[in-house]
Amino acid sequence: MPSEWIARHDQTVTLKGEWTLANYRHIKTALIHTELINTEPGKPTGATVSLDAITRLDTAGAILIVELIGVEKARAVADWAAELPREQQALLVRIAEAMEAPLDVAPPSYSRISQALASVGQQMVGLWSQQHQLLAFIGLVMATLFHLALRPRHWRLTATVAHIQQSGLNAVPIVALLTFMVGAVVAFLGATVLQDFGATIYTIDLVAFSFLREFGVLLAAILLAGRTASAFTAQIGAMKSNEEIDALQAQGLDPIELLVLPRVMAMLISLPMLAFVGMLSGLAGGAMVTSLSLDISLTQFMATLQKDVSVTHFLVGLSKAPVFAFVIAVIGCLEGFKVSGSAQSVGEHTTSSVVQSIFMVILIDAVAALFFMEMGW
Amino acid sequence: MIDSAKSTPQPDQPVIQVKGLVNRFGAHVVHENLDLTLKRGEILGVVGGSGTGKSVLLRSIVGLKRPNGGAVEVLGNTLNELDDKQRSQIERRFGVLFQRGALFSSLNLQENIALPLIEHARLPREDAEHLARVKLALVGLPPQAALQFPESLSGGMVKRAALARALALDPEILFLDEPTAGLDPIGAAAFDQLLVTLRNALGFSVFLVTHDLDTLYAACDRVAVLSQKRVLVVDTIDKVADTDDEWVQDYFHGPRGRAAQRAHAAFSTNAYTQE
Repeated sequence: MPSEWIARHDQTVTLKGEWTLANYRHIKTALIHTELINTEPGKPTGATVSLDAITRLDTAGAILIVELIGVEKARAVADWAAELPREQQALLVRIAEAMEAPLDVAPPSYSRISQALASVGQQMVGLWSQQHQLLAFIGLVMATLFHLALRPRHWRLTATVAHIQQSGLNAVPIVALLTFMVGAVVAFLGATVLQDFGATIYTIDLVAFSFLREFGVLLAAILLAGRTASAFTAQIGAMKSNEEIDALQAQGLDPIELLVLPRVMAMLISLPMLAFVGMLSGLAGGAMVTSLSLDISLTQFMATLQKDVSVTHFLVGLSKAPVFAFVIAVIGCLEGFKVSGSAQSVGEHTTSSVVQSIFMVILIDAVAALFFMEMGW
Repeated sequence: MIDSAKSTPQPDQPVIQVKGLVNRFGAHVVHENLDLTLKRGEILGVVGGSGTGKSVLLRSIVGLKRPNGGAVEVLGNTLNELDDKQRSQIERRFGVLFQRGALFSSLNLQENIALPLIEHARLPREDAEHLARVKLALVGLPPQAALQFPESLSGGMVKRAALARALALDPEILFLDEPTAGLDPIGAAAFDQLLVTLRNALGFSVFLVTHDLDTLYAACDRVAVLSQKRVLVVDTIDKVADTDDEWVQDYFHGPRGRAAQRAHAAFSTNAYTQE
């Protein structure tokens, strides 16, 4: 078959035209078609090859030629193709040198079963080491915290206040709006169910109990887990991949003291406040629904609240906030420290920090609910 | 051979023309009325003190920064006036090596280099990765490196891999931002040699930002000195070195400059006697 790039007469093969990247596929197809190279590479052709008619040559074309004639012949190109421009000879020699060693490295392959087993094992080991690291990191943060508690000179007040603004103050609108809406939804649910018993007045108790004890703090914590834990991970992760953490350590500065404690302290201060905001606006959402659709006036709402709901419930709810705050901040920071160089790793650890902190918040909340119930609080 | 115009460099035909370029960041003026020409097939070294806007110049030529004034003509087109598709057509005729490599961290090396081959040259993955492996070998990386990810590489290996990626599409213009910074002297010398070989063979033009005096002597046809917000002088290195300017004199005739000059002179006489 006549081709734009190859002409074959018995044992003489003339290469012609543009041997460039743009034509790579066509040339390769033509080569396979004329049975000059096999689909399995590595066996140079025995035919006499003439390169004189080649008008353009780039690295892709040169690679094909070297595959066609073999490395040895390509290196000695000056001896048999002296008419070829010197630049193109140099290119062929260079490519031949590069292709001298076998270039195909197969990734190690295993059977599917052992791959599955290996991945299960990896997951388990990963999970275990994650918990191990988390505990160790909590210990480290606690130790540094107590160590610095008595040394006010080392308190990073500016950084702490900045983080309180970012993770606390700036989160007030979203927390308030969200809890307001959930408060309204809970009131609607209560009204629907309790109406059958003629006990719609207890909707107030339902909203108050659920928000003071659980929802106020839980919703605030889950929001901060999504909003702040991810921010902490991304901030510290970017510093890690930029070697800023190493620079701190090399200067004898403690990254826990400079980076982690301000964030932990800021969370410890922000989350209880946000939880309080959440409780209030949840109650407000409930009050709106009860007053608009159940004909319970605001005065009645407040009176029932005062009569039925003791302050214990508020304290029980609020007591969980610092624990959640600590867990969220510590997980966010730890995942940041685990980031390695790549962009992918920043993404993975940010996801992991959000998932882990939400998981931990809900887990602790469940355990706490059991505990408080058994205690009769 | 009608098409040989592209493989053999036609001297003195500009591929890049920068006219009256103005770049500023806020009140800080980096370039004021800067003119520069890159001829077809030449290796142009761009030097200048820190903060004279070498990298900014490179970024405005490749279109990553919109200049505040003036015009940049690349291969006969003004990049900022083209629509996205035409611009992409022009841009695939570039190869850019960024200062810190800028390899894609989520891809291994052979995928990094195969990506433009698959996306632009529309090669099947298998062929693209095969070409990628040859290019990695061409820049002097061992075969095992093909499956490694950028984060596990040393700085010098990243530079080489980044060069291989810049060369992936056999570009007409190669932009190199401090390619030999962070390479050991042997690697840097091999790099200079590789650059000249490839330029001779492929006929591309090179815009080379560097601080490396050895590279200037070994690889560059002309040298442009950026100073006082413009191109102070652009000529062959010997003439540039004779320019009557304090910075140029310090640069080329300081201890390192003299060492590079001596090394180059010794190398040239050696080569001469061998022939």
